[in-house]
Amino acid sequence: MELDLSTQKLATHENLLEIRNLRKWFPVQKTFLDQLLAGKVNYVRAVDGVNLDIRRGEAFGLAGESGSGKTTIGRLAIGLAKPTEGDVVFDGINLNKINEEELRRMRRRMQVIFQDPMASLNPRMTLGDSVSHGLKIHYPQRDDEHREMTLAIFEKVGLTPARYFLNKYPHQISGGQRQRVAIARALITRPELILADEPIAMADVSVRALLLDLMVQLKNEFNLTYLFITHDLATAKYICDRIGVLYLGKMVEMGSLKDMYQHPLHPYTQALLAAVPVPNPLLKRTQPMPAGEIPNPINPPPGCRFHPRCPFAKEICTKDEPELLEIRTGHWVACHFANTFLC
Amino acid sequence: MPEVKEVLISIRNMTVSYETRLGAVSAVDGVSFDIFRGEILGLVGESGCGKSTLGKGLMRLMPSQGSVHGEIFFGDQDILKFTDDQMRDFRGRRISMIFQDPMTSLNPVQRIDEHLIEAIQVHEPQTNKMKALDRVKKLIERMGIQSNRLSSYPHQLSGGMRQRVMISLGLVLNASLIVADEATTSLDVIVEAKLVDEIKKIRNDFGVSILMITHNIALVANIADRLAVMYAGRMAEIGPIEQLFANPLHPYTQGLLACVPSIEIKDNENLYKMPGEPPNLTHPPSGCRFHPRCPYVMPVCKELDPKLVEGVPDQFVNCWLYQEQPVVNNPESR
Repeated sequence: MELDLSTQKLATHENLLEIRNLRKWFPVQKTFLDQLLAGKVNYVRAVDGVNLDIRRGEAFGLAGESGSGKTTIGRLAIGLAKPTEGDVVFDGINLNKINEEELRRMRRRMQVIFQDPMASLNPRMTLGDSVSHGLKIHYPQRDDEHREMTLAIFEKVGLTPARYFLNKYPHQISGGQRQRVAIARALITRPELILADEPIAMADVSVRALLLDLMVQLKNEFNLTYLFITHDLATAKYICDRIGVLYLGKMVEMGSLKDMYQHPLHPYTQALLAAVPVPNPLLKRTQPMPAGEIPNPINPPPGCRFHPRCPFAKEICTKDEPELLEIRTGHWVACHFANTFLC
Repeated sequence: MPEVKEVLISIRNMTVSYETRLGAVSAVDGVSFDIFRGEILGLVGESGCGKSTLGKGLMRLMPSQGSVHGEIFFGDQDILKFTDDQMRDFRGRRISMIFQDPMTSLNPVQRIDEHLIEAIQVHEPQTNKMKALDRVKKLIERMGIQSNRLSSYPHQLSGGMRQRVMISLGLVLNASLIVADEATTSLDVIVEAKLVDEIKKIRNDFGVSILMITHNIALVANIADRLAVMYAGRMAEIGPIEQLFANPLHPYTQGLLACVPSIEIKDNENLYKMPGEPPNLTHPPSGCRFHPRCPYVMPVCKELDPKLVEGVPDQFVNCWLYQEQPVVNNPESR
């Protein structure tokens, strides 16, 4: 049987995913005594007002350091967490306005690949059962075809011979193969959006290139849209069409691969790019790094959140928060002095 | 790096094996190399290649089911022949180690100054506390931490600072070698870049040798003087970093360097895709352990082990392409 995953319904919305003014604040747990005395609850502002459109068929990379909120945005984007404020619109459907049952049915169309396949695959289920589980939930009426479909998807992700892998357990295969199983499991429900949260961070260098290549190939073949979350800008370059850089829950810059890597306008993006080591001993970094470390997201600095570490900070940066503005076509920057870097 | 290279530690035919249910597994298998005084030697390889085991073996920090064989010469002494007491004195004083996560290495209920003073007093019991504190203060300021932070607890410091405290623990006793096992891996990229700068500065200021064990080849390119590449428990190649990046000799090194993603953007650029995956060391391949993945595999590679030979000056490689092949007794045997 030919597994036909490429047939998608006619695209009605150009933007597969629209994120509007998204906020997620986590309350900080306090003791009862603290609450009595202070009476005020503090919040970790993990995501604090993010807008983002992801076009059908593109690979959008979300980059940032730990604590920047990139994983939280991913979880909100596919309805795994409820936003404090704001909307997530998937193909014209607002995920906040639908009930649990409808959301469950929507999940077929958006799947996740996590960082650690050893943690995300059930150690007591065979690979075949893990992968076909999505079919049982979303296509129960076609259960006679499940085995064929599972075998076909194993072949697609390069786990051949598929029959050999079907009855294996996660601990019996290598790390690279496990991540391929996780990819197969995400693809089997014929999704449109794939959330890939650091999908290759655990893999060895020699295996990474193969996984990246597989993801690009599958994206083209199945017309997938990727939300690719990563801390590694060198890897993002090989898969993403557009990149957004997050700092303390805010998008500081967003643009095409070329804009971001060749003409980064925000000082934070510039620092982040300069910090990535280049695998060439002759190209040693000369640019100084910003002072300090990422501040506490409970009390983010006033004004521009990057100003305490920014080498170009002026007085205005300590008071007014810069807006994310389109400086050039498709290139958005939240910096008071973005124009001065344009040259 | 000094002009005349003085050997600090000489490792000869070092084997580290673990007893497992499936029999003895040699995570490091007959590795020989030197570490020079004042150099930063990068040791790279993929998970399971034995790079961490080698670092632990150097310090004889093996779990009970592991054992180290061979010779490790420090000056004219073989540290594998030391008694446990000698070894305890040697560790910390001559070689010190920093790990990936400083939060699990530092004692959460002990202040930073207590960590450092304790290290001095254990190894130099005659030093009084005031003198020790003086030394600690001077050192910590050279490390870029204000001396008023000495009364902090580990959780009050940032990740980068904690790693600097770990390095200070080695330097406070004037260790000659610091083994850094993935010391920057858990840090964010900007903090990591800053720590790398500091490690270079520390090497220049203190003249200490650093064995930098990491999987991050791009990072090593920016810090190391020489690079050692391990594969499946064996040393594949070792040489000066610029020379080795410009002209990698071992097919594994060639592949490894070609598949490292780089931020230097080029259009239509593809990463090299190395076939296969690293072998399981319970059943290592025969002959050269890289032969099942090697694009230049020859009949001899499947049968016999190559040796580590000087392929080009200063650059040693463990591959049949660069050494005379023995006459295979029975060529039809395959």
